[in-house]
Amino acid sequence: MSTAWLTVLAVGIGTVLLKAVGPVGVAGRRLPPAAGRLLELVAPAILAALVVVETFASGRHLVADARLAGVGAGVLCVLARAPFWVVVLFGALATAAARALN
Amino acid sequence: MRKGARLALPLLPAVGALGASFGVLARTAHIGALAAVVMSATTFAGSSQVAAVSVLGAGGGAVAAIVAALLLNARYAPIGISVAQSFRGSIAKRFVQSQLVVDESWALARGDLGVLLGVGTVLWFAWVGGTAAGAVAGQAIGDPSTFGLDGAFAALFTALLATQLGSRPRIAVAVAGAAIAAALIPFTAPGIPIIAATAAVLVGVRRR
Repeated sequence: MSTAWLTVLAVGIGTVLLKAVGPVGVAGRRLPPAAGRLLELVAPAILAALVVVETFASGRHLVADARLAGVGAGVLCVLARAPFWVVVLFGALATAAARALN
Repeated sequence: MRKGARLALPLLPAVGALGASFGVLARTAHIGALAAVVMSATTFAGSSQVAAVSVLGAGGGAVAAIVAALLLNARYAPIGISVAQSFRGSIAKRFVQSQLVVDESWALARGDLGVLLGVGTVLWFAWVGGTAAGAVAGQAIGDPSTFGLDGAFAALFTALLATQLGSRPRIAVAVAGAAIAAALIPFTAPGIPIIAATAAVLVGVRRR
């Protein structure tokens, strides 16, 4: 099986089960509040790491390149409350423009 | 359910377009159109799908991609448990219906199962349809970096992160997660810095 399909199937099955845990498995019980709080904080931690990796990582090196322009455009879009697809579009355009100018 | 479907309408263009973006971005990780559509139909959780694709694209390997995506989706356990009371009927029915729980349907429903199912159904079709359109368009694009799609990933994660920064502990966790990732990039295989960044949740817990 290719890496892509292995990832697609494993993430798919895992997510299906995670979504089903509550409605199928837990009738009337609750998670300990501390566990719920921890899980809520996972998303900001991972997304922040993804921003850093997608912006600065080139293999095992930290570099500042055209992707910085993409992130800059993304920040501006967020401040302007633009929808996600606008963020993607301007992120790509800014990165491509910065690369072409270099 | 009707009420939910109506509530979901304003979200349709955004979700469809984000699905299309995912379809295009999947191409950068050499994920075929069919695999991208299957992923959207089964996983149906945007940020985790983009995360998995980005880890694969960076050469992080399947294990790192799977772990990063599932950690992002771990929130669906407590989210599902929080709405579990409103689900009725057989296990099979509850199982199928539970798949319509996504951030938006959960947030709009506020405990109303009909609204949750209506929003979830409409968004599922928008998400899968958008992915299919983007994946087909993405096949036609040559080298993704010429179009700045690598920078688009970074921009999209920035926007997704912005939705998560609603409180001080969350901001502290995000800063710590970014620092952990930056510190590990030179020393570990791709994918590891992202997984290791989950340790940052301890900062948020201590801050409460």
